[in-house]
Amino acid sequence: MRKGPSWFNVVSITLGFVFLYLPILLLVVYSFNESRLVTVWAGFSTKWYGEMLRNQALMDAAWVTVRVALLSASVATVLGTLGAVTLTRFGRFPGRTMFSGMIYAPLVMPDVILGLSLLLMFVAVGLDRGFWTVVLAHTTFTMCYVAVVVQSRLVAFDRDLEEAAMDLGCPPMKTFFLITLPIILPAVVAGWMLAFTLSLDDLVIASFATGPGATTLPMKIYSQVRLGVTPEINAVSTVLIVIVTIGVIIASVTTKRQEVARQKAERMAAAAP
Amino acid sequence: MGQKTLGPVRRSFAPWLDPQAKPLIRFENVTKRFGDFVAVDDLSIDIYEREFFALLGPSGCGKTTLLRMLAGFETPTEGRILLDGKDVSRVPPYRRPVNMMFQSYALFPHMSVEANIAFGLKQDGMPKADIAARVEEMLKLVKLEQFAKRRPHQLSGGQRQRVALARSLAKRPRVLLLDEPLGALDKKLREATQFELTDLQQELGMTFVIVTHDQEEAMTVADRIAVMDHGKMVQVATPSEIYEQPASRYVADFIGDINMIEGRIEASGEGRTRFRSEALGLTADVLDATPIGVGETSWLAIRPEKVSVSHEPPADTSVNAVEGEVWDIGYLGDVSIYHVRLAGGKTIKATRANVTRLIERPITWDDKVWLSWSPDAALVLAA
Repeated sequence: MRKGPSWFNVVSITLGFVFLYLPILLLVVYSFNESRLVTVWAGFSTKWYGEMLRNQALMDAAWVTVRVALLSASVATVLGTLGAVTLTRFGRFPGRTMFSGMIYAPLVMPDVILGLSLLLMFVAVGLDRGFWTVVLAHTTFTMCYVAVVVQSRLVAFDRDLEEAAMDLGCPPMKTFFLITLPIILPAVVAGWMLAFTLSLDDLVIASFATGPGATTLPMKIYSQVRLGVTPEINAVSTVLIVIVTIGVIIASVTTKRQEVARQKAERMAAAAP
Repeated sequence: MGQKTLGPVRRSFAPWLDPQAKPLIRFENVTKRFGDFVAVDDLSIDIYEREFFALLGPSGCGKTTLLRMLAGFETPTEGRILLDGKDVSRVPPYRRPVNMMFQSYALFPHMSVEANIAFGLKQDGMPKADIAARVEEMLKLVKLEQFAKRRPHQLSGGQRQRVALARSLAKRPRVLLLDEPLGALDKKLREATQFELTDLQQELGMTFVIVTHDQEEAMTVADRIAVMDHGKMVQVATPSEIYEQPASRYVADFIGDINMIEGRIEASGEGRTRFRSEALGLTADVLDATPIGVGETSWLAIRPEKVSVSHEPPADTSVNAVEGEVWDIGYLGDVSIYHVRLAGGKTIKATRANVTRLIERPITWDDKVWLSWSPDAALVLAA
């Protein structure tokens, strides 16, 4: 048997990565283009980053997006976690199967339909569309993702821990905050981050739920692109990519470090008498 | 530890024989159903202060459910549970003066050993200085002083087990419940820990209730053992009574090894019973009065270590004897088990201690041998 990757492995991995990253790479490269024309290279420049910062409409949209994402992700995390706890903990109650099925529905529902139904509801209730309706809409659809992430952690959670806490005199509510929550916290944080990113890059649902004065960054980019792509948009997108990449790297490095430290400690404990 | 001095006191410890004694825990006609499944079936039992009480039975016999009802994790469907004379059937676990040590240990992974032990004390609102003192005392008790700052995953299995024990003892509960506490330890460590547990229980003067499926563990630690089967209490007695005077074939079979011979009562009276098995051509005298009527089907039960094997028939004619052939020998090091086939085809097991280092045994395969036992070695069981 030959060691190392075969030519087939090399080709398939190269093709795969080119397929995934070439468009992103092009975008990053052209964000440093001197020329106004997106497709013609005219030398290196960082001027579009300066332009981007001076573009008030773009900055406003970015600020709205971040606020929407922070708010909706936080509310969705609370609601999603509560939902997950109820579905995994409270045993059998009438309609449990229906509820646990329904929590997955928005995951597979087309965004257009979700957005349209939210719009209809906001109109029916008489809610003025704007910043808060976008927050509400994003909370609604990201909540399910949080619930699914937290639920998968809770299923593996050792219920003895909660019983032990109660046995030692801790009432149920306090047990949740002292024992359950700290242990499932990584899943809750992961759920929050998922909700945050989903809200950050959502275009369809936000377009339905929004009103005057509440334009999110994806909406802004989309409307500008329709008038013609400017290198400014490339610059904004590059900044977004950098932020997301840094976030992912930090998250994976910390979890990896924790895992390594834990394994080392366990090996040492096993070796001790 | 203090066990040697407490020994004589221990021997006289039998509050269950004293009609004046008040039980600490009383199960009154307790039934627990999960849907159609009856986990505990109309069960009543008294457990006394300072007693080490073992619930023993195969998995699914209801012993864990009984323990969980005592801890408050389950409520009885019918009946009452009294603790110190007060009905606690519906008191939630966090308001009961009862603590439990879990089979999985259930140590809080995000807290240090210290914080784990202090957890219950904090819930009671104990002053900080008192908590620190109690935690230190507990760490000393389980000999883990130098591990106070460690997290549970930095400890070995035996150390975790001791942290779990310390945590459940820290609040000085009225009753300590132990759910298969030694199940995860290897055999040597388990045996050592069994003795530590009994020492600890006597030192602290506390009431322990242990659930186990390991009969040796129950016999080692407990003052009394309750053998359970299908949610019912089959027999409650001291370890030696359970072993020597099992109430039924189920108990006799569950605890240790036993030979069971089917037959009939031929005669009984004056504290003696004559047993006859036509199939094996065996007549045996048993020094035991039996309520079983003459002619009724019954079983002669005899433990392998009480049967002697020899080439010659016993000289003493008052001893029961039967002839057979050595079918198989199981060498276990300390003892050898002889499987002797009788004329009727039934195999009887007899153990012999290997008292010399000779590899060549005087009795070997296919030898014609005599099995014998004295009338006080066997007993007669009805069902």
